[in-house]
Amino acid sequence: MNRDSILNRLDWVTILLYATLVVMGWINIYAAVYDEEITKSLINTSSNAGKQLLWIGTAIVLIVGVMTLDYKFYDNFAYLIFGVMILLLVAVLGTGTIVAGSKSWFQIGGFRLQPSEFTKFAAVLALARYLSPGNIKIDMPRTQLIAAAIIGIPVLLVMLQGDLGSAMVFGSLFIVLFREGISPNYFILVLGVVAVFVLSLLVSQTVIFIGTGVIAILVIGLSTRNYKRILVTLAAVVAIVGMVKSLDFIMSNVLKPHQKNRVISLINPEADPLGTGWNVTQSKIAIGSGGMFGKGFLQGTQTKFDFVPEQSTDFIFCTLGEEHGWIGSIIVIALFSTLLIRVSIIAERQKSRFARVYGYGVLSILLFHYTVNIAMTIGLFPVIGIPLPFFSYGGSSLWSFTILLFILLKLDAHRMQVMTR
Amino acid sequence: MNESRKYIIRIAIVLIGLIFLIKLFFIQVMNESYRLAAENNIVQKIIEYPYRGLIHDRNNNLIAYNEPIYDLMLVPKELQNIDTLLFCQTFEISKEEFIAKYKKSRKYSYIKPSIFIEQISNKTFALVQDKMVQFSGFYTQARTVRGYNTKGLANILGYTGEVSNRFLRRDTTKYYQSGDFIGITGLEKSYEESLRGRRGVKFKMVNVRGIEKGAFKDGKLDTLSIPGDNLKLSIDAELQKYAEELMEGKIGSVVAIEPSTGEILTFISSPSYDPEMLSGKNFGKNFTTLSKDSLKPLFNRPLMAMYPPGSIFKIIQGLIALEEGVIGPYDQLFCDGSLIGDHAPPGNYNMRKAIMLSSNNYFYKVFRRIINQNTENSQFKEAPIGLERWKKNVLKFGLGRPLGIDLPNERAGLVPGPEDYNRTYGRGRWKFSNITSLSIGQGELLMNPIQMANLAAIMANRGHYFIPHIVKGVGSTSYLDSRFVEKVETGISPEHFPVIIDGMEDAVVGNTARAIIPGIAVCGKTGTAQNPHGEDHSVFMAFAPKENPKIAISVFVENAGWGGRAAASISSLLMEKYITGEVMRSWIESYVKKGEFIY
Repeated sequence: MNRDSILNRLDWVTILLYATLVVMGWINIYAAVYDEEITKSLINTSSNAGKQLLWIGTAIVLIVGVMTLDYKFYDNFAYLIFGVMILLLVAVLGTGTIVAGSKSWFQIGGFRLQPSEFTKFAAVLALARYLSPGNIKIDMPRTQLIAAAIIGIPVLLVMLQGDLGSAMVFGSLFIVLFREGISPNYFILVLGVVAVFVLSLLVSQTVIFIGTGVIAILVIGLSTRNYKRILVTLAAVVAIVGMVKSLDFIMSNVLKPHQKNRVISLINPEADPLGTGWNVTQSKIAIGSGGMFGKGFLQGTQTKFDFVPEQSTDFIFCTLGEEHGWIGSIIVIALFSTLLIRVSIIAERQKSRFARVYGYGVLSILLFHYTVNIAMTIGLFPVIGIPLPFFSYGGSSLWSFTILLFILLKLDAHRMQVMTR
Repeated sequence: MNESRKYIIRIAIVLIGLIFLIKLFFIQVMNESYRLAAENNIVQKIIEYPYRGLIHDRNNNLIAYNEPIYDLMLVPKELQNIDTLLFCQTFEISKEEFIAKYKKSRKYSYIKPSIFIEQISNKTFALVQDKMVQFSGFYTQARTVRGYNTKGLANILGYTGEVSNRFLRRDTTKYYQSGDFIGITGLEKSYEESLRGRRGVKFKMVNVRGIEKGAFKDGKLDTLSIPGDNLKLSIDAELQKYAEELMEGKIGSVVAIEPSTGEILTFISSPSYDPEMLSGKNFGKNFTTLSKDSLKPLFNRPLMAMYPPGSIFKIIQGLIALEEGVIGPYDQLFCDGSLIGDHAPPGNYNMRKAIMLSSNNYFYKVFRRIINQNTENSQFKEAPIGLERWKKNVLKFGLGRPLGIDLPNERAGLVPGPEDYNRTYGRGRWKFSNITSLSIGQGELLMNPIQMANLAAIMANRGHYFIPHIVKGVGSTSYLDSRFVEKVETGISPEHFPVIIDGMEDAVVGNTARAIIPGIAVCGKTGTAQNPHGEDHSVFMAFAPKENPKIAISVFVENAGWGGRAAASISSLLMEKYITGEVMRSWIESYVKKGEFIY
């Protein structure tokens, strides 16, 4: 074999992790939709397991395609790809099909495509392209504004489709900006806002106000003559009071009823276990009933008897937890953690800034999906309909994650050429 | 630049993984409740009600069996697009009832089945069975209620019913569950533990829509229902039926006992009711009707009715007197009706003649000797001592306390003692003259019919009895509680019996012609219990044949006048029927059947 062949330069560890996750995902999809009474052949495309085989096959074709294109193509055409995807997002708003309350699907024959899935890698490419020139300084407000726009436009369009979950995925790209050196104050700010939001759902407003006041007085008292810090503290107090006061407004006027219910049921799933808390309750029962070693392959009752909704897509982790127990969960979580760290290692070893930013983009998207998906199935996060990468059933998501990951591998395979150029 | 941040990101990845694993460890490994919740989701518990034990008579004729009925169950979630009007017509309920029942069902559970209509009879079920497919969400669950081959025996059998919530709260055995049937009175109650059997449970898996998906854990946890033990009664169904016919239109009771065993052959409380009335769906309605009936069909007379025994008590007086030695068997006493009113003519009486003619004055004198045995110098002091001793002896005949029959609600009757008269007259302020009516079985003395029949058995056995009982065997074994096979002695020597028994035979031959059975020596004693409210009650107790007795009987007919008429006729007919297998004296039979004794 030629020493310069791309096969020698590919990161096989990542490919192995990818393949393992895809195969395990398929096994769990098969188990989730398995019905003793209807034994269909594996490649019967009327079941999700059969269809997923089709998606996996086409994903391999896509991988070959991604690998065949010149590595410079992604750099050069990043804006174009992003632009096309934005147009598709606009188009789907006009002509799309509504599935599960979100107008984010193109119906093509018997199959449905979700352009927002593909916008993910497009947005990562665009962001990487924008940040790659040497003269771009991340701490310049102008840079931050444009970067925010690249992230913000798809967020806005996907939110208009009614798919809050996918919109939030793009928000994860701020991890890229963090790696590129943006001030951590932004993150502290965001975390602060989230903390206040959650707190005000959990405890009464009066408690928060008193708590804020006490902390503010302590901080001001300790920072003698540091007028700047006192000013910041006072501003924070005003901001917190304002946020808490506006929360009622957000809950009743901004969030849709089902989104509001998901938030409430996260805080207190027992409030309405048969209604809004149903998904989380049943999902936790499924996973929790798996015990240490699980009930065994095809033995899950929660998933098989349809107690868990969306058991082959967003709630695929339930099947794993139920049938393979804590041991199965350890394996999958370990695989994801290893993959994510591997991606970060690949990103770090890139010589070009484009490839590195792209690598962290991949990391951000995968990390967000993995974290939020599993967190929602075990009741740590509100139910947001986003898939578990490589694992969940679905052509659009498998394709988009495959393209996302393999562009990085393609770029990685050519990292030395960047150096020699 | 910002190299350290890559570590922050990697640490965050590891931390997220750890948080997940810890949280998962808590819900998967540490917490059992999720496993239970998952089982609760899919497992539907289906109770298999056991067959209640069957009840046969002493000749293995089936008396009580189980009749299938059906509960109509509803799973509200599956209810869709049914023709409510047709449904209401089919099951004969109103639209309002339908709505009310639906709401109740819906409130109980949306996905779990609950009873919509209870206890649909087999007949109705056959009519509606083919319409069931049109009513999605409804299905039937089979169980059984009692069915009977007899229109009588209700007071022995008792009835069953669904356990009440009040009972469930107090139940210490923890066996019963809401929906179970339990024996409420009669044998159904006293033999409940043998009859009920054991519930079976089936666990089925259902999916989220309540559709069955097979047995849970391959049926490993399922238990089969175990049918209850059958009861074999000592009752002779044929004799029982004949007795019912004879007692028709009369208020009273008949108890016949096999003296050698204490087995009850016939047990009648009249009027009674068809046991079918209190089985199944119409229980509530019929129970109200029966309990409002002025003739009290629910009142179990042989055990619960208490009457002054009247002249039949003279037998006990005679035996006690002989045992105490206050009079010899052939001692003559002149009686002229001066002490107490008497039907017997004046003249000299010995024990045999006094029993035969039921001399009141003779037993007045005898009783006085029993009470006043000249141990004290004052009658006021003597009377309590004599009465106490007398009471002790009377109690040995099974009077004044429940005999311990295997049926609930047996009453004690009453044998007064010194303390009763102390209460009435004051200590030391009463003597024999205050208690004379006891000598002829009147006054405070009370017996129930089962005690009267038992007295006949004591006479037949010449001094001992077996506690009367109605069940001969439980299940496949001929099990009997040990108390029913132990001989109970009265403490009267056997040598004192012949003279009294001869007197009883004479009473039948010479004085109670209707009781004579050709070819069989019958020994009997009439009684006429005074009734201040109207016509006297007619009492007769007897046993036959004189040697080797097969049957001892007591018949009590309220308001039928002198015991020699109705009660003696019925007794002799039943004894004839039992001993010979048929009744030859049809004129007596028609006399009894024609007699109207309810006023």
